[in-house]
Amino acid sequence: MALSQLAHLSSSRSANLLKTLSSAIPLQRPISTATTPITVETSVPFTAHQCEAPSRTVQTNANELLTFFRDMALMRRMEIAADSLYKAKLIRGFCHLYDGQEAVAVGMEAALTKKDCIITSYRDHCTFVGRGGTLLEVFAELMGRQAGCSRGKGGSMHFYKKDSNFYGGHGIVGAQVPLGCGLAFAQKYCKDEAVTFALYGDGAANQGQLFEALNISALWDLPAILVCENNHYGMGTAEWRAAKSPAYYKRGDYAPGLKVDGMDALAVKQACTFAKEHALKNGPIILEMDTYRYHGHSMSDPGSTYRTRDEISGVRQERDPIERIRKLILSHDLATEKELKDIEKEVRKEVDDAVAQAKENPVPESSELFTDVYAKGLGVESFGADRKDVRATLA
Amino acid sequence: MFGVVKQKMLRLSLTQIRPAVSALRSYSSAAKQMTVREALNSALDEEMSADPKVFLMGEEVGEYQGAYKISKGLLEKYGPERVLDTPITEAGFAGIGVGAAYYGLKPVVEFMTFNFSMQAIDHIINSAAKSNYMSAGQMSVPIVFRGPNGAAAGVGAQHSQCYASWYASCPGLKVLMPYSSEDARGLLKAAIRDPDPVVFLENELLYGESFPVSDEFLDSSFCLPIGKAKIERVGKDVTITAFSKMVGHALKAAEILEKDGIDAEVINLRSIRPLDRSTISASIRKTNRLITVEEGFPQHGVGAEICASVVEESFAYLDAPVERIAGADVPMPYAANLERMAVPQVEDIVRAAKRACYRSEPLAAVA
Repeated sequence: MALSQLAHLSSSRSANLLKTLSSAIPLQRPISTATTPITVETSVPFTAHQCEAPSRTVQTNANELLTFFRDMALMRRMEIAADSLYKAKLIRGFCHLYDGQEAVAVGMEAALTKKDCIITSYRDHCTFVGRGGTLLEVFAELMGRQAGCSRGKGGSMHFYKKDSNFYGGHGIVGAQVPLGCGLAFAQKYCKDEAVTFALYGDGAANQGQLFEALNISALWDLPAILVCENNHYGMGTAEWRAAKSPAYYKRGDYAPGLKVDGMDALAVKQACTFAKEHALKNGPIILEMDTYRYHGHSMSDPGSTYRTRDEISGVRQERDPIERIRKLILSHDLATEKELKDIEKEVRKEVDDAVAQAKENPVPESSELFTDVYAKGLGVESFGADRKDVRATLA
Repeated sequence: MFGVVKQKMLRLSLTQIRPAVSALRSYSSAAKQMTVREALNSALDEEMSADPKVFLMGEEVGEYQGAYKISKGLLEKYGPERVLDTPITEAGFAGIGVGAAYYGLKPVVEFMTFNFSMQAIDHIINSAAKSNYMSAGQMSVPIVFRGPNGAAAGVGAQHSQCYASWYASCPGLKVLMPYSSEDARGLLKAAIRDPDPVVFLENELLYGESFPVSDEFLDSSFCLPIGKAKIERVGKDVTITAFSKMVGHALKAAEILEKDGIDAEVINLRSIRPLDRSTISASIRKTNRLITVEEGFPQHGVGAEICASVVEESFAYLDAPVERIAGADVPMPYAANLERMAVPQVEDIVRAAKRACYRSEPLAAVA
């Protein structure tokens, strides 16, 4: 959200400049990377609980909007590719896809630095990529190969990138919230002046441990932001059937909260910026992201037994996060339709290349069965299914 | 020099020389006595002093000075940022502890008793134990979960369970159980320094017991290796494995057995996971008879694992079936006479040892 150095250029002038350039030089030159500030209103105002809502007027620029577009298009493509791989039985077990929710991952990253921590649930592929994970690491991990981010030992639900302060990737619903508050505790302990975003779903929002962790975080003033990605369904159960009070942003009671349109990347960015500032000064805050997943809960769930196809296509038509940014870019003349389509093609190729590369990647060596049980193995013995047949010494 | 085990020495196999070292230790100058409580307190104090990343968290650990006074004086010395009183919410604070460990801090999380750890067990197993493996080494979890475990006196069924076998079955955890003050201090220091999640099971009834301690023990660098058992009493006729409070019972049983001409070797396991199979194995190959003693429930217990291990590794060396002494297969009763029947007594160990030596008394009538 850096303010432009070229502030003297009015936005319309730079846009006209771009139009001329784009027609004169086809495709080769990069699309506008201008940092001229553009002011946009969020789709809806924020709703606040125990705090004053931030303004719905958001500062952005061409660079950021195009980055949003590209990143979300990449994430979308990636999840669709994962769907195909799962149906081809190259991905096994659980696979929870995030398509529809991309704006949360992307808007959040725009408000954070890599010093801030993120921890989330098993629906973690896009969050991992937002933190700097590569497509190859994603697909290889999903297919259980060596180049996977967890060397094939974790699977879909267990992506981590500690050097970017991404702490997973958790399979037990709600567990990531106390863990995230623990990260915030450590950040405060180390005086790092950074915050932790702990993401959870509307299903997890009812977990007792969440309230235990929030209580401690509020008592100890921890820089923790609890982000409820409310996609309105906890697996197959609609929010109104699972939560007596589905106003998740209010559930923190003494902790302030904000309800955000999670399909609007700029609203997400604004809310996260606000929350980060708040948490550093005043302790925990809850953000409820009103979002939607196009896929079912996981690849085993068609996602249409508990919601209508009309609802799904309705959201896709009215609220799709990528389409929103596309419209913004086009209405501000930051790029042409063709250029955006080209980006989508590029991104598709990137994904296809990564899938191909991942398919060639080998499965882990058998010896990997026994690595990383401990950080310090002490020369202890471990055993395979038949301990007279397979034994190993843990380093 | 004997008690001081530096980090680099851990890499060497000490199994062969261990018994000799332990025997020698009992002859070293032992003028001082220290209670287990004081030993634990001193270990916490010194490790917190040495490493600013170490902090203590739990119910009543701060202002109350510790429910069992283990953390006495620490709040005053280190302040409320490093000694934290938590609300009575085990799932929440255990999760927070694990999250702090993910970031690189070294939390010591106290459970007032391990019965309450069941509220937090998902974090111990799924968030802590398995993380290093699932992340292929990115997420190590240098946390210690400690507190009293097993039976106290008259506290009833919900406050008396021993969790050794539950936690020790889980790969990714290390499970330590001290008996003496030396164990308590050396193993807790090792646990805090270890980069992996350690479940440190103490015993409330041992907190007040005094043990002789050496000068080496008092040095701040004193540390015991994880994964190594201690031979408390060298013998040749029967091996008795025990841990925690039962070590004391086993030693008393050995004195009684000596009068009957049975020379028992008593092994203090110290480490339930990793289990020191080689020390146990070497002992069996010498004595040819084994009694396992534990306080916890018998089914799927520590003794079951030791028995299976010995049968697999040293079957030919056994001259008698392995005997198991364990807590009774019932929830812990309150009435004193029933409670006494529910926990192993010295005479149970003596009887089992005699059976293994074919010197049994007539079988007790079935109730």
